[in-house]
Parts: sequence; C-alpha cells; structure tokens
Amino acid sequence: MIRTAWLVLKKDLTVEVRSLEIAYTTLFFAVSCVLFFAFALVKEGKAPEDGAAGILWIAIAFGGTLALGRTFERERQSETLRALLMAPAARPAIYVGKLLGIVALLVATEMVLVPLVGFLFQAPLLSHPFWLGAVLLSGTIGFAAVGTLFSAMLVRARSRDVLLPVLLYPITVPVIIAGVRATAALLQPDVELALVRFWVALLIALDVVFVTLALWTFEPLMTD
Amino acid sequence: MPKWFVPLAAVTALMFAASPFLIANAPYEATMGLVQKIFYYHLPSAWVFLLSAIVCGIASARFLFGGSPRQDRLAYAAAELTVLFGAIVLVTGPLWARKAWGVWWQWDVRLTSSLMGWMVAWAYLLVRKYGGPGSDKLAAGLALFGMANVPFVYISVNYWRTIHPATSVVPTLPVDMGLALWFAVACFLLLFVLLLRLRVYLEEQRARLDALYLSLDE
Amino acid sequence: MRALVLLLLLAFSPSVTSAQQPEPQQPKQTDEFVPISQLPAQDQLPAAPLLVTAYAFVWVVFFAYVVSVGRRLTKVQHEVERLESDIAKRA
Repeated sequence: MIRTAWLVLKKDLTVEVRSLEIAYTTLFFAVSCVLFFAFALVKEGKAPEDGAAGILWIAIAFGGTLALGRTFERERQSETLRALLMAPAARPAIYVGKLLGIVALLVATEMVLVPLVGFLFQAPLLSHPFWLGAVLLSGTIGFAAVGTLFSAMLVRARSRDVLLPVLLYPITVPVIIAGVRATAALLQPDVELALVRFWVALLIALDVVFVTLALWTFEPLMTD
Repeated sequence: MPKWFVPLAAVTALMFAASPFLIANAPYEATMGLVQKIFYYHLPSAWVFLLSAIVCGIASARFLFGGSPRQDRLAYAAAELTVLFGAIVLVTGPLWARKAWGVWWQWDVRLTSSLMGWMVAWAYLLVRKYGGPGSDKLAAGLALFGMANVPFVYISVNYWRTIHPATSVVPTLPVDMGLALWFAVACFLLLFVLLLRLRVYLEEQRARLDALYLSLDE
Repeated sequence: MRALVLLLLLAFSPSVTSAQQPEPQQPKQTDEFVPISQLPAQDQLPAAPLLVTAYAFVWVVFFAYVVSVGRRLTKVQHEVERLESDIAKRA
C-alpha cells in the first residue's frame, strides 16, 4: 500500500515538474494574497498585531484551495482519476498519494511565503525554525487532508469550483485558528513554548481525526 | 404519517404553551436578572442543535456504508433541522449576551465552533441543492466531518478560558430553575422528533415522485 | 487502525488539557447560576425587549419552518396526484 501511495505521488510530481504550472500559479496567487492583505491592513507602515501570522495562514488557505482545484481539474480533464480508481490499487493508498502531493506543493509555497511575510512585516518568523516547521507542517496536513478528500469527491459534481470553498472552509476553521495562534505565539518577543506545544498538539490531534475520517470515507465516496 | 404524530403534536403544543408560566415562575439569577430567562430556550435549542448534527452524521455514515436511501432522507432532514435549531441558538445567544456581556458577539471557542458547525450544516444543504448528481454522497461525507465537531463544541467551554458559562451550570441549578429548564428540554426534544418525522415525510413524497417520473419514462 | 487513532488521541489529550490559553481582561467564567434571592435586593434590569425578541424569534422560526415544509409538501403531493392520474389515463 505504501508502494501505491509512493507511485501516485511520483506520478503527480513528475507531471507537475514538467510544466510547474500549478506551482507557479499557486505561488503567485499566494504572494498576491499577502500583498493584498498588506495593503488593506497596514497603517502608517505597521501591520496590526499578530497580523503577520493571520496573513500567512490566509495566503496558505487561499493558495491551497486554488492548488486543490487546479490539481483535480487536471485529473478530470484527462480522466486519469477514473483510470486510477479502476486500477487494482487500494483506494486509501491513492488518497495518501494525492495528499502527499498536495502537501509537497503547499510546503514548497510556504518556503517562499514565510521569508516574504517575515520581510514585509518585520516578523521574526525564523527565530524558532523547528517549531515553525512543526506548526506549518501539521497545519498544512490538516488543511490538505480535508481538501484532498473534498476535491476528489467534487471532481464529478456540478459547480465544483464554488462548492470546494463552501465545503472546505467551515471544516478547516479549527486548523486555521490553531495554526494562526501557534504562529502568533512564535512571533512574540518572549516565546511561551508551552503554549506553542499546546497548539501543535491540537493540530496533530486534528490531523489524526481528519486523515482517519478521510481514509475511512474515501472508498464509498469515490464509488458511483 | 404515523398514528402517534397528531397526538404527540397536540401534547407538544400544550407543553410549549405551558412553558412560559414555568419560566416566569423560576427565580431570577443574581447578576443577570430578567435577561437570563432566555437560557430556558437557548440551552435546549443548543442541545437539539448538537443532537441534530449527530443524527445527521450517523445517518450519513449508514448511508455511505450501507447505501440505504432511508438513511439518506433522514440525514437530509436532520441537516435542515441543524440549521433551524442552530439559527435559534445563534440569535437567542447574542440577544442574551448583549445584556450579560455587553457585546453581541465574542470570538471565543464555544461561539466560534458553534458558528462553524452551523455553517457546515448550511454547506450540506447547499451541496444537496446545487451539487448535481452524486451530491447525496458528497454531503454525507461532509456531515461526518461536521459530526466530529460536536464533542469539541460541547467540551470546549470547560477547557478554554471563555466568557461563555461552563457545562457545570446545569447540574448545579437550583430546583425551580431546573424544573423550568428540563420541561423546556422535553418540549424541544419532542418538537425535534415531530419536525424530523415531518421533514422525512416530505423526502419520502419526493422519492415517490421521482419513482413515478422514472416509471413514466419506461 | 482505529486502535492507533484512539491511542494517539489519548496521548495528546493531556497536553491539550494541561495548557490554558491566556485571555486578558475577561470577566470570570460562570460556574453556576445563583438565584437572586440569595443576594441583597437588586433592581430588575431593563432587559425586556431582548427577552421578548428572543422568545418571539423562536416562535416565528418554528412557525415559518412548519409553513415552509407544509408548502413544499402540498406542491409535491399535487404533482404526485397529477402524475398518477396521467398514468391511470394512459393505462
């Protein structure tokens, strides 16, 4: 089963690396988000308190939604999803492979976003790189877990572009809140590591719940 | 409609008519006074809101893994009732909060997670209405995630520092307050059962209509 | 699979419950309701409009919902009758 997931991931990465279309467009969109919020919220050269953390996560969420839509649109156009599902591969493995692909894409985007947000908002984002990495990774996995499931479900539905945010955002609110609060805690001048640990623990618990639910429901949701 | 429906509806209506008297007889709360009496409808509607989300989630799971259209109809009805009772909670709460806390809304855990659960129920209805073919399974998947939120909504107020009263309020209620509350809870639960049955009946008629259209095509 | 999930959740629940999120300047959270008779006499707070609105909203919403379901039901039932008579005519 791990082999199947790895194969799906490799296929996605190979296809993506050829044109890097989704990577570039997602990155550009996320950067535009950050700039938009910067223009909207910055007053007299300073962002509101904890603004950097919030703006970072909004950019990740919006960029992630775009990436999810585009990835599965590509699958829909070439009917590859149906082909994948007809292959004698365990369905949950297909889900895991797709999830890892999305997470990889988002992590690549975050590697550009974090320095950018730190630079624009004078936020010491890189002061605790290990903890920031843990926060970003667990939050991204939580967001992508739900997103991958819903996008795959929506491939054959009507109004799928509108429905993805409608389905995704309410469910991922706890992930975003926890991510923002954890990042904001890391940006304080005197960091309270216990508080960061608490939010990371919550994020990991959410990841476990979401991934388990997704693995459990992927099979019945993808069959006609 | 089943035989118990009309008698139960009559009983429920009478109980609802009687509830304001019990509520008026309950003593005033020390710091909040008259406005605290919103509690006697706010709390039961919150419990039914969460119960409805759970019913929707369980029916959705049974539909997803068993394929029974009866469970699908139940899930759809429960989702609509989640929106209904959630709306009641989210309106009566702020009306009370305006007096008790000085603000209409606070972004604390209980309120935020309740609002989020309510939006998930709305999303369910939107998906069922506009999702096209296959939207019943889509919505069922969503309902499962929504159900996962319910325990969080309930216990959140005990583990986070929040302005919303803790769950310890209910077991420690004085007797005359408790009487008014539990009577209202009974009213709301009975009403929930009635509305659920009514709404499922509508879905059954719709299914009958679909079957007729299908037989016409043959 | 499920055992692993439960184990992970149990492992993380202590850390979730141990740390509290600090919130500045919040009034003390209510633990129990104290009836007013146990305190010195207080003026009744002018909260009647809020109370009335709350209860009125509840009634209106229930009524509106029942009407909505009833309307949808009659629409569907009329169409069912129409179809059934059409089928009967054809037979």
